[in-house]
Amino acid sequence: MDQSYLSKADVLLAVRGLTKIFGSLKACDSIDLTIGKGEIHALLGENGAGKSTLVKMLFGSLEPASGEIYWKGDQVRIASPGQARQIGIGMVFQHFSLFEALTAAENIALSIDDDTPIMKIAERARSLSKAYGLPLDPFSHVGDLSVGERQRIEIIRCLLQEPELIILDEPTSVLTPQEADRLFETLERLKGEGKSILYISHRLEEVKRICDRATVLRHGKVVGHCDPRQETAASLARMMVGLEVKNVVREAPATDAGRQPLLLIENLNRKPATPFSVPLRDISVSVHAGEVLGIAGVAGNGQGEFFEAVSGETLQDKADIVCVSGKGVGRQGISQRRLKGAAFVPEERLGHGAAPAMKLSENLLLSRYRTDAKEYLGAAGTIRTGRIAAAARRIVDMMDVRKSAEDPEASALSGGNLQKFIIGRELDREPKVMVVNQPTWGVDAGAAARIRQALIDLARSGSAVLVISQDLDELFEISDSIAVMHDGRLSQPIPIGEATFEKIGLLMGGADDAHPPRPFEETL
Amino acid sequence: MFEAILLTVSMAATPLLLAAIGELVVERSGVLNLGVEGMMIMGAVTGFGVALMTGNPFLGAFAAIIVGALFSLLFAFLTLTLVTNQVATGLALTLLGLGLSGMIGESFVGQPGVRLPRLDVPVLSELPIVGRLLFSQDLIFYVSVFLTLGVVWFLFYTKAGLTLRSVGDNHSSAHALGIKVVRIRYMAVLFGGACAGLAGAHLSLVYVPQWVENMTAGRGWIALALVVFASWRPLRVLAGAYLFGAVSIGQLHAQALGIGVPSQLLSALPYLATIIVLVLISRNRRLTMVNTPASLGRPFVPDR
Repeated sequence: MDQSYLSKADVLLAVRGLTKIFGSLKACDSIDLTIGKGEIHALLGENGAGKSTLVKMLFGSLEPASGEIYWKGDQVRIASPGQARQIGIGMVFQHFSLFEALTAAENIALSIDDDTPIMKIAERARSLSKAYGLPLDPFSHVGDLSVGERQRIEIIRCLLQEPELIILDEPTSVLTPQEADRLFETLERLKGEGKSILYISHRLEEVKRICDRATVLRHGKVVGHCDPRQETAASLARMMVGLEVKNVVREAPATDAGRQPLLLIENLNRKPATPFSVPLRDISVSVHAGEVLGIAGVAGNGQGEFFEAVSGETLQDKADIVCVSGKGVGRQGISQRRLKGAAFVPEERLGHGAAPAMKLSENLLLSRYRTDAKEYLGAAGTIRTGRIAAAARRIVDMMDVRKSAEDPEASALSGGNLQKFIIGRELDREPKVMVVNQPTWGVDAGAAARIRQALIDLARSGSAVLVISQDLDELFEISDSIAVMHDGRLSQPIPIGEATFEKIGLLMGGADDAHPPRPFEETL
Repeated sequence: MFEAILLTVSMAATPLLLAAIGELVVERSGVLNLGVEGMMIMGAVTGFGVALMTGNPFLGAFAAIIVGALFSLLFAFLTLTLVTNQVATGLALTLLGLGLSGMIGESFVGQPGVRLPRLDVPVLSELPIVGRLLFSQDLIFYVSVFLTLGVVWFLFYTKAGLTLRSVGDNHSSAHALGIKVVRIRYMAVLFGGACAGLAGAHLSLVYVPQWVENMTAGRGWIALALVVFASWRPLRVLAGAYLFGAVSIGQLHAQALGIGVPSQLLSALPYLATIIVLVLISRNRRLTMVNTPASLGRPFVPDR
């Protein structure tokens, strides 16, 4: 066991043999974990390694199948989040557990077990937010707040309960680098006050930067404990994945000036579709043959709306607002745009990119029945199953999609494998223009490397590739230039040679535009 | 004359208000119970029957509340515990209520009803005009008004109300915080059932005082529509219910006076007027969004 470095009195939380089973899957398989007082302990692992399941058991939202939890040396049974809070465990969730229709103060009040009046809570939240440098207006509606601000509410809500152990589930995945820095300062301060922090992440650099100890999970099992400061990012990655992760190879793009823009967007505007969504403001951008353009930005700044407008899910007023291969397609729908040589991969894999209950071959036909009508459909619109099955096999081989059956339903694949199939389905058409939203969101490192390489290869073969992503590391890895989307505006693209994390981060925070406060109407 | 008209308006509005305010609480907790009509008619037949047998209309009203709540308990068990589809279950509840009440009430048809007596508030009921209108009414009228104000207070000024709204906004988040989603929804549904039962009793003990099969005549559906058009805000439900009451009484008088408008059109007037006015006041989409329970009608299965 790994608690040799801690004396018994210094152990805050110890977990022995914790197991959780979903159906036939052992999400957590006899996990051991020891957290000392005043340490920042990292929990590392790929998506699906069991990190979230483990912390949900610690916070009482899930019930373990077997195993023991010791709190300050005494065995405890944590049956509910309320009980976890009572003994001193607080949690900041990955997918925020906030209520959009309520104000910040009301959200905080909900996790406090007594009947403290709302004004008092607002006051305490305000003073806490000042003390920790997390500015927050307690009376703003959560629906109006940015993701960073929402996280502040979660953290303040957690701090108000004065926990001794704070669990943070992938806290920086939605923050700008500057916002993340501010979070790290807060964490250092909490550590200085003697609080323990369990920090879940798959970002190795930040784990190396702030964490004292790390426990690595793979496939629901603990594969090692280490001191992240003594390790390299590569050695941590090897522990997480279990094998070497291939680096993406990127040659410099051909730099002949005669390249023509294959995707051209001019003065794209869009009104907000719902009161909580972002309008698009005068977006102009072009992607040339042979180029990968990355679009960075904090989630919810209009990326989804932008993707819908480009892909043709929503139409534009004039044809030449969106041009594919020189032809104006602004007033045409998604199939027409595909026929002009464009391909689109949306953010949401299940339900948007693929129909969950349909087979892979059927999903292939669904997206290509127009572009490949001659190939896949017979004279009277009958389906040529043999040819489609062959094409599906080709894609599976090309992208190394791991599956359990010959032609399984889309929902039976893991996220990474399904994403590989969806990307492969579009690549197989050899599109002139490829637009991808969050290509590797929630995908394991091996599959992510494969997808990124495929996108680069497509661009180098003479297509234009537009990648929208929240993952800055990814964009720096594959893009030739990066533009930043903030509050529905798109910055000028910055060539990769000139781009730095800091520069992009400032743009993500809205540094360059004097952005006016959003009008807040409150009428009856 | 004018006073008498206003009095009938309040009589027409009270059952709508009661049923709607109950359903508002149910929907604020994220449950869509389309069985309002069924619970109401069960309340009506129970109230009438018990009052007839015991001779005590108060006992009738009380029994109606109990039966309305029990009937909604069936809905709660099916949709919350067994996680059946809320829309289908609600429709079934309405159909069941209409059929069951017809069967139970077969022998009540044509029987003379027992009317819930007026309760005069001392001194205040002597006031000119408002005196008789506001302070010389039946018990259920007072209950409906106080209940509306009570719901405003509960939803927006108490922790319990905040918890209920949070469950309606996002049941997964609420569960993650340790809030007992299903228990809160059970209580909300029971409250809604009790209100609908009392609304039914108002029809058979005050409004008509008689038992007629299918006597709710779609009022449960109107109550449901009121909740939506009032964007889940209690005071707007109050306004909507009285507006509907006023226009439906008004058009009756207009028909009696024989103005040259087809009676079918006049009968449609209350619905039209209510929809138009409530649509106009809920133009502010942002405010509507904040008040709409985002989890409405979505099934909730906690993972443990």
